[in-house]
Amino acid sequence: MSSPILSVSNLERRYGDFIGCTDISFDVWPGEVVAIVGESGSGKTTLLNCISGRLERSSGSIRYNMRDGRFPDLADLSEAERRFLMRTDWGFVHQNPADGLRMRVSAGANVGERLMAIGDRHYGEIRDTATEWLGRVEIAGDRIDDKPVAFSGGMRQRLQIARNLVTRPRLIFMDEPTGGLDVSVQARVLDLLRGLVSDLGLAVVIVTHDLAVARLLSQRMIVMKSGRIVETGLTDRVLDDPHHPYTQLLVASILES
Amino acid sequence: MTLPEYNFAYLDEQTKRMIRRAILKGIAIPGYQVPFASREMPMPYGWGTGGVQVTAAILGPDDVLKVIDQGADDTTNAVSIRAFFAKTANVATTTKTADATVIQTRHRIPEAPLSAGQVIVYQVPIPEPLRFLEPRETETRVMHGLEEYGLIHVKLYEDIAQHGHIATTYAYPVKVEDRYVMDPSPIPKFDNPKMNGSPALQLFGAGREKRIYALPPFTNVVSLDFEDHPFEVQKFKQPCALCNATGVYLDEVVTDDRGGRMYVCSDTDHCETRREEGHHGAGLPISGAQTAKEDAA
Repeated sequence: MSSPILSVSNLERRYGDFIGCTDISFDVWPGEVVAIVGESGSGKTTLLNCISGRLERSSGSIRYNMRDGRFPDLADLSEAERRFLMRTDWGFVHQNPADGLRMRVSAGANVGERLMAIGDRHYGEIRDTATEWLGRVEIAGDRIDDKPVAFSGGMRQRLQIARNLVTRPRLIFMDEPTGGLDVSVQARVLDLLRGLVSDLGLAVVIVTHDLAVARLLSQRMIVMKSGRIVETGLTDRVLDDPHHPYTQLLVASILES
Repeated sequence: MTLPEYNFAYLDEQTKRMIRRAILKGIAIPGYQVPFASREMPMPYGWGTGGVQVTAAILGPDDVLKVIDQGADDTTNAVSIRAFFAKTANVATTTKTADATVIQTRHRIPEAPLSAGQVIVYQVPIPEPLRFLEPRETETRVMHGLEEYGLIHVKLYEDIAQHGHIATTYAYPVKVEDRYVMDPSPIPKFDNPKMNGSPALQLFGAGREKRIYALPPFTNVVSLDFEDHPFEVQKFKQPCALCNATGVYLDEVVTDDRGGRMYVCSDTDHCETRREEGHHGAGLPISGAQTAKEDAA
């Protein structure tokens, strides 16, 4: 059995006296999708930002399985290594695409930025790769020179996904990737994500308050309340047979259609 | 007792010492932007306050100063700065590139090759080459520190995507000694190759942004590009209309309101020197007004 790609133990993040999240331990295995669910203010995004190195933790350990076989704590990596990880081995999909895209440069440059950051210096090849990735996220090739400000919300989100995946990362963090989209667009983005995740064998940590999104994408689920994990388990098990009272409440509050 | 109106070269000695320390640090780390406590100067920001402070800090009584603005010795900015140092430092001034020991410049490098012992001081409006791509100074400093320069190529990519070629024509980013990406100040990219391996000391002062950086003599300076879109300088179809020079940077001068225009050397000293040597260009275009005078020189 291989080892987990990301291992979190006893993670805590405080904002002064206030607890952002505490006593968090879980592993993410290569190729699996883990959903973190819970209501607003339950510490989901704090947790995601901590494990993706975007926010400093107060205590605990986060270890990542590097491509070279090392399994260091993120805090022990140099800033240069950490930033290199973030733009090559990892991806981060923001809820608001404007946070993850450069809105003033073209779609092609947005996708190509990571390639240029790792040293690609051939315009034609960068453009070919960008075209290919735009195709994979179902953006027409003739939009490659348009700026994201000219794109719809769903297109922006798909562009953000392409931009993150172009360096073939192994681990993707997503913060409510379908949060601001209308239902039909949501379905399309989810469908696309599910396909890409299984094609590329990505490990994904996805934060969502939408249990339907979690059900569709994830294999495992972590339910959070007041900064703590209240229940973990296989997604189908948690949703079909919730043990913790809070999870039961959460599942019961889904609107039946 | 009579006190002098100003200290030599306007700035007080403590300020010069502070600026010299920044310059030395800049020379020690080619291309690195050294912060310095920029002073208020008796001219507006954007008129060369950074360059003037650097010049004031390095100027000695024996120096010969040349000041150019867009290559010309006789434009407002050049004349006023030259007069400023003639008055406050009583140094000799010249318009001859070869005679100068210190050359302060805005937007050009002289056509005549610089030699060892000369210092060229650039006036820099925005020293940060990543500024328009990443507005956060905290972030760009980290990017310089960690040598994360992918972003600068995003700009060049955008140029090619929109124009079919790298359309940046001035302030063209360079990489210094394979380490720091540097903004060469808004000189035309035509002048970029002159920075590479120059025997002269090159100093850059940005007054409003409070940064000094430097290229010591014989520094390796490479203009950034793509493998399939290599760096190229501007080319001109015709020679200078006054001195017939080719391979120099030309300014377009509109000569009348009927579409008449001529192209002349932007480096006035170079042009004059050549005309004294007996070179003649085509002169004014036929359609141009016949009353235009030769420049006063």
